[in-house]
Amino acid sequence: MRNNLLFDFTVDKTTKTVFINREFAAGLSMVWDAFTKQEILDQWWAPKPFSSKTKFMDFKVGERRFYAMVSPEGQEYWSLQKYTSISPKTNFKMLNAFADKDENPDLPGSDWDLSFSEQNGTTKVSITIKNESLARMEKMIEMGFKEGITMTLNSLEKILMA
Amino acid sequence: MKTRRDVFQAIADPTRRAILLLIAAQAMTPNAIAEEFHSSRQAVSKHIQILTECELVKQQQKGREIYYHINSNKMKEFDKWIAQFKNTLETQFNQLDKVLLTMKNNKK
Repeated sequence: MRNNLLFDFTVDKTTKTVFINREFAAGLSMVWDAFTKQEILDQWWAPKPFSSKTKFMDFKVGERRFYAMVSPEGQEYWSLQKYTSISPKTNFKMLNAFADKDENPDLPGSDWDLSFSEQNGTTKVSITIKNESLARMEKMIEMGFKEGITMTLNSLEKILMA
Repeated sequence: MKTRRDVFQAIADPTRRAILLLIAAQAMTPNAIAEEFHSSRQAVSKHIQILTECELVKQQQKGREIYYHINSNKMKEFDKWIAQFKNTLETQFNQLDKVLLTMKNNKK
Protein backbone atom coordinates (compact mmCIF):
# COMPACT_ATOMS: atom_id res chain seq x y z
CA MET A 1 0.00 0.00 0.00
CA ARG A 2 2.65 2.43 1.06
CA ASN A 3 4.71 1.91 -2.05
CA ASN A 4 2.22 3.86 -4.11
CA LEU A 5 2.39 6.89 -1.89
CA LEU A 6 4.32 9.82 -3.20
CA PHE A 7 7.42 11.13 -1.46
CA ASP A 8 9.20 14.00 -3.24
CA PHE A 9 12.12 15.81 -1.74
CA THR A 10 13.86 18.58 -3.63
CA VAL A 11 16.27 21.27 -2.57
CA ASP A 12 16.90 24.65 -4.10
CA LYS A 13 20.18 25.65 -2.54
CA THR A 14 20.26 29.08 -4.07
CA THR A 15 17.11 30.09 -2.20
CA LYS A 16 17.81 27.85 0.83
CA THR A 17 14.50 26.13 0.28
CA VAL A 18 13.46 22.52 0.68
CA PHE A 19 10.29 21.26 -1.02
CA ILE A 20 8.58 18.11 0.18
CA ASN A 21 5.47 16.35 -1.09
CA ARG A 22 4.19 13.34 0.79
CA GLU A 23 0.95 11.39 0.48
CA PHE A 24 -0.78 9.62 3.33
CA ALA A 25 -3.36 6.85 3.15
CA ALA A 26 -5.92 8.69 5.26
CA GLY A 27 -8.54 11.37 4.94
CA LEU A 28 -7.81 15.08 5.16
CA SER A 29 -9.29 15.60 8.66
CA MET A 30 -7.21 12.83 10.13
CA VAL A 31 -3.95 14.00 8.55
CA TRP A 32 -4.67 17.61 9.54
CA ASP A 33 -5.20 16.45 13.14
CA ALA A 34 -1.96 14.47 13.03
CA PHE A 35 -0.06 17.66 12.21
CA THR A 36 -1.92 20.01 14.50
CA LYS A 37 -2.81 18.11 17.68
CA GLN A 38 -0.29 17.71 20.43
CA GLU A 39 -1.18 14.16 21.48
CA ILE A 40 -0.88 12.86 17.90
CA LEU A 41 2.22 14.91 17.02
CA ASP A 42 4.07 13.45 19.97
CA GLN A 43 3.46 9.97 18.59
CA TRP A 44 5.36 10.54 15.36
CA TRP A 45 7.22 13.86 15.22
CA ALA A 46 10.53 12.64 16.62
CA PRO A 47 12.46 10.16 14.48
CA LYS A 48 13.16 7.02 16.50
CA PRO A 49 15.05 6.41 18.77
CA PHE A 50 14.19 10.00 19.77
CA SER A 51 10.85 10.78 21.35
CA SER A 52 8.82 13.96 21.15
CA LYS A 53 7.63 15.69 24.30
CA THR A 54 5.35 18.72 23.91
CA LYS A 55 5.44 20.96 26.94
CA PHE A 56 2.99 23.51 25.64
CA MET A 57 0.88 23.80 22.52
CA ASP A 58 -1.89 26.15 21.47
CA PHE A 59 -2.68 25.83 17.78
CA LYS A 60 -3.71 29.43 17.10
CA VAL A 61 -2.15 32.22 15.07
CA GLY A 62 0.37 34.03 17.28
CA GLU A 63 0.56 31.06 19.62
CA ARG A 64 3.10 28.28 19.71
CA ARG A 65 4.21 24.75 20.36
CA PHE A 66 7.16 24.32 22.68
CA TYR A 67 8.54 20.82 22.57
CA ALA A 68 11.62 18.70 23.01
CA MET A 69 13.18 15.88 21.07
CA VAL A 70 14.38 13.53 23.76
CA SER A 71 17.31 11.23 23.05
CA PRO A 72 17.38 7.65 24.38
CA GLU A 73 19.85 8.91 27.01
CA GLY A 74 17.31 11.50 28.15
CA GLN A 75 18.99 14.53 26.60
CA GLU A 76 16.40 17.15 25.65
CA TYR A 77 16.66 19.33 22.52
CA TRP A 78 14.06 22.07 22.70
CA SER A 79 12.33 23.75 19.76
CA LEU A 80 9.76 26.43 19.38
CA GLN A 81 7.17 26.59 16.61
CA LYS A 82 5.26 29.81 16.31
CA TYR A 83 2.10 29.73 14.20
CA THR A 84 1.93 32.63 11.79
CA SER A 85 -1.07 31.62 9.65
CA ILE A 86 -3.79 28.98 9.84
CA SER A 87 -6.47 28.08 7.25
CA PRO A 88 -8.20 25.05 8.78
CA LYS A 89 -7.66 21.80 6.88
CA THR A 90 -5.94 23.65 4.05
CA ASN A 91 -2.72 25.30 5.16
CA PHE A 92 -0.70 26.51 8.09
CA LYS A 93 2.57 28.34 8.43
CA MET A 94 5.01 28.41 11.29
CA LEU A 95 8.36 29.75 12.29
CA ASN A 96 10.51 26.94 13.59
CA ALA A 97 13.53 27.59 15.79
CA PHE A 98 15.71 25.73 18.22
CA ALA A 99 15.39 27.01 21.77
CA ASP A 100 16.78 26.55 25.23
CA LYS A 101 14.74 24.93 27.99
CA ASP A 102 13.41 28.35 28.98
CA GLU A 103 11.85 28.97 25.58
CA ASN A 104 14.46 31.43 24.36
CA PRO A 105 14.66 30.86 20.59
CA ASP A 106 17.96 30.46 18.82
CA LEU A 107 17.34 32.61 15.74
CA PRO A 108 17.35 32.57 12.78
CA GLY A 109 14.97 29.70 12.40
CA SER A 110 13.17 28.40 9.35
CA ASP A 111 9.78 29.17 7.86
CA TRP A 112 7.53 26.19 7.27
CA ASP A 113 4.53 26.30 4.96
CA LEU A 114 2.32 23.20 4.99
CA SER A 115 -0.56 22.62 2.56
CA PHE A 116 -3.05 19.78 2.73
CA SER A 117 -5.32 18.37 0.03
CA GLU A 118 -7.30 15.17 -0.37
CA GLN A 119 -8.05 13.12 -3.44
CA ASN A 120 -9.77 9.71 -3.42
CA GLY A 121 -9.10 9.16 0.25
CA THR A 122 -5.40 9.97 -0.02
CA THR A 123 -4.13 13.17 1.55
CA LYS A 124 -1.19 15.03 0.10
CA VAL A 125 0.90 17.27 2.33
CA SER A 126 3.16 19.79 0.58
CA ILE A 127 5.81 21.37 2.75
CA THR A 128 8.11 24.27 1.91
CA ILE A 129 10.93 25.01 4.33
CA LYS A 130 12.80 28.26 3.87
CA ASN A 131 15.82 29.99 5.31
CA GLU A 132 17.64 27.18 6.90
CA SER A 133 21.07 28.55 7.62
CA LEU A 134 24.01 26.23 7.40
CA ALA A 135 24.72 26.72 11.09
CA ARG A 136 21.25 25.46 11.84
CA MET A 137 21.71 22.43 9.65
CA GLU A 138 24.94 21.59 11.36
CA LYS A 139 23.16 21.78 14.66
CA MET A 140 20.68 19.20 13.46
CA ILE A 141 23.54 16.89 12.57
CA GLU A 142 25.05 17.39 16.02
CA MET A 143 21.73 16.47 17.53
CA GLY A 144 22.53 12.96 16.53
CA PHE A 145 20.23 12.05 13.68
CA LYS A 146 22.99 9.87 12.41
CA GLU A 147 21.55 6.40 12.60
CA GLY A 148 21.07 4.46 9.45
CA ILE A 149 22.20 7.16 7.09
CA THR A 150 23.65 6.00 3.86
CA MET A 151 25.61 8.84 2.50
CA THR A 152 25.31 9.23 -1.20
CA LEU A 153 27.88 11.36 -2.83
CA ASN A 154 26.56 13.03 -5.87
CA SER A 155 28.76 14.57 -8.46
CA LEU A 156 29.77 18.13 -7.81
CA GLU A 157 27.57 19.45 -10.55
CA LYS A 158 24.53 17.79 -9.09
CA ILE A 159 25.31 19.14 -5.65
CA LEU A 160 25.63 22.65 -6.92
CA MET A 161 22.87 22.77 -9.44
CA ALA A 162 20.19 20.71 -7.72
CA MET B 1 31.36 35.07 18.19
CA LYS B 2 32.31 35.61 14.60
CA THR B 3 29.51 35.07 12.15
CA ARG B 4 30.46 32.59 9.56
CA ARG B 5 29.54 32.81 5.93
CA ASP B 6 26.84 30.47 4.91
CA VAL B 7 27.46 27.93 2.15
CA PHE B 8 24.05 28.65 0.66
CA GLN B 9 24.90 32.31 0.38
CA ALA B 10 28.19 31.43 -1.24
CA ILE B 11 26.70 29.29 -3.96
CA ALA B 12 23.71 31.55 -4.57
CA ASP B 13 25.84 33.52 -6.99
CA PRO B 14 26.17 32.14 -10.54
CA THR B 15 29.77 33.34 -10.94
CA ARG B 16 30.77 31.56 -7.76
CA ARG B 17 29.08 28.38 -8.93
CA ALA B 18 30.96 28.67 -12.20
CA ILE B 19 34.25 29.14 -10.34
CA LEU B 20 33.58 26.01 -8.30
CA LEU B 21 32.85 24.01 -11.41
CA LEU B 22 35.97 25.32 -13.05
CA ILE B 23 38.33 24.48 -10.22
CA ALA B 24 36.61 21.17 -9.57
CA ALA B 25 38.29 19.94 -12.74
CA GLN B 26 41.72 21.22 -11.76
CA ALA B 27 43.38 23.54 -9.26
CA MET B 28 43.87 27.02 -10.77
CA THR B 29 45.65 30.28 -10.03
CA PRO B 30 43.55 33.43 -9.49
CA ASN B 31 44.81 34.83 -12.81
CA ALA B 32 43.77 31.74 -14.72
CA ILE B 33 40.34 31.86 -13.07
CA ALA B 34 39.90 35.57 -13.88
CA GLU B 35 40.73 34.90 -17.54
CA GLU B 36 37.73 32.62 -17.78
CA PHE B 37 35.34 35.38 -16.79
CA HIS B 38 34.40 38.69 -18.26
CA SER B 39 34.72 40.34 -14.89
CA SER B 40 37.68 42.12 -13.38
CA ARG B 41 40.42 40.41 -11.46
CA GLN B 42 39.18 42.22 -8.32
CA ALA B 43 35.64 40.95 -8.76
CA VAL B 44 36.88 37.40 -9.20
CA SER B 45 39.13 37.77 -6.14
CA LYS B 46 36.16 38.83 -4.08
CA HIS B 47 34.23 35.75 -5.17
CA ILE B 48 37.18 33.51 -4.34
CA GLN B 49 37.49 35.15 -0.97
CA ILE B 50 33.86 34.37 -0.15
CA LEU B 51 34.27 30.78 -1.29
CA THR B 52 37.41 30.47 0.84
CA GLU B 53 35.73 31.96 3.91
CA CYS B 54 33.04 29.35 3.91
CA GLU B 55 35.66 26.69 3.25
CA LEU B 56 34.32 25.55 -0.10
CA VAL B 57 37.66 26.40 -1.64
CA LYS B 58 41.16 25.83 -0.31
CA GLN B 59 44.36 27.50 -1.37
CA GLN B 60 47.72 25.95 -1.82
CA GLN B 61 51.05 27.64 -2.40
CA LYS B 62 53.13 26.19 -5.20
CA GLY B 63 56.34 28.10 -5.72
CA ARG B 64 55.34 31.72 -6.23
CA GLU B 65 51.81 30.92 -7.29
CA ILE B 66 48.69 30.31 -5.26
CA TYR B 67 46.39 27.60 -6.54
CA TYR B 68 42.76 27.27 -5.59
CA HIS B 69 41.04 23.95 -5.40
CA ILE B 70 37.76 22.52 -4.19
CA ASN B 71 37.46 21.54 -0.57
CA SER B 72 35.66 18.29 -1.18
CA ASN B 73 35.18 17.63 2.53
CA LYS B 74 33.01 20.69 2.83
CA MET B 75 30.97 19.68 -0.19
CA LYS B 76 30.46 16.23 1.28
CA GLU B 77 29.40 17.69 4.60
CA PHE B 78 26.76 19.68 2.81
CA ASP B 79 25.52 16.76 0.81
CA LYS B 80 25.50 14.65 3.94
CA TRP B 81 23.23 17.10 5.69
CA ILE B 82 20.71 17.01 2.86
CA ALA B 83 20.73 13.20 2.91
CA GLN B 84 20.29 13.17 6.67
CA PHE B 85 17.47 15.65 6.63
CA LYS B 86 15.67 13.63 3.98
CA ASN B 87 16.22 10.46 5.96
CA THR B 88 14.90 12.03 9.16
CA LEU B 89 11.76 13.20 7.39
CA GLU B 90 11.25 9.76 5.87
CA THR B 91 11.48 8.19 9.31
CA GLN B 92 9.00 10.70 10.74
CA PHE B 93 6.52 10.18 7.92
CA ASN B 94 6.75 6.38 8.14
CA GLN B 95 5.94 6.73 11.83
CA LEU B 96 2.99 8.92 10.91
CA ASP B 97 1.74 6.23 8.48
CA LYS B 98 1.56 3.82 11.41
CA VAL B 99 -0.16 6.35 13.66
CA LEU B 100 -2.77 7.05 10.96
CA LEU B 101 -3.37 3.34 10.48
CA THR B 102 -3.98 2.95 14.22
CA MET B 103 -6.33 5.95 14.21
CA LYS B 104 -8.31 4.45 11.33
CA ASN B 105 -8.57 1.07 13.04
CA ASN B 106 -9.72 2.64 16.27
CA LYS B 107 -12.44 4.53 14.46
CA LYS B 108 -13.95 1.37 13.00
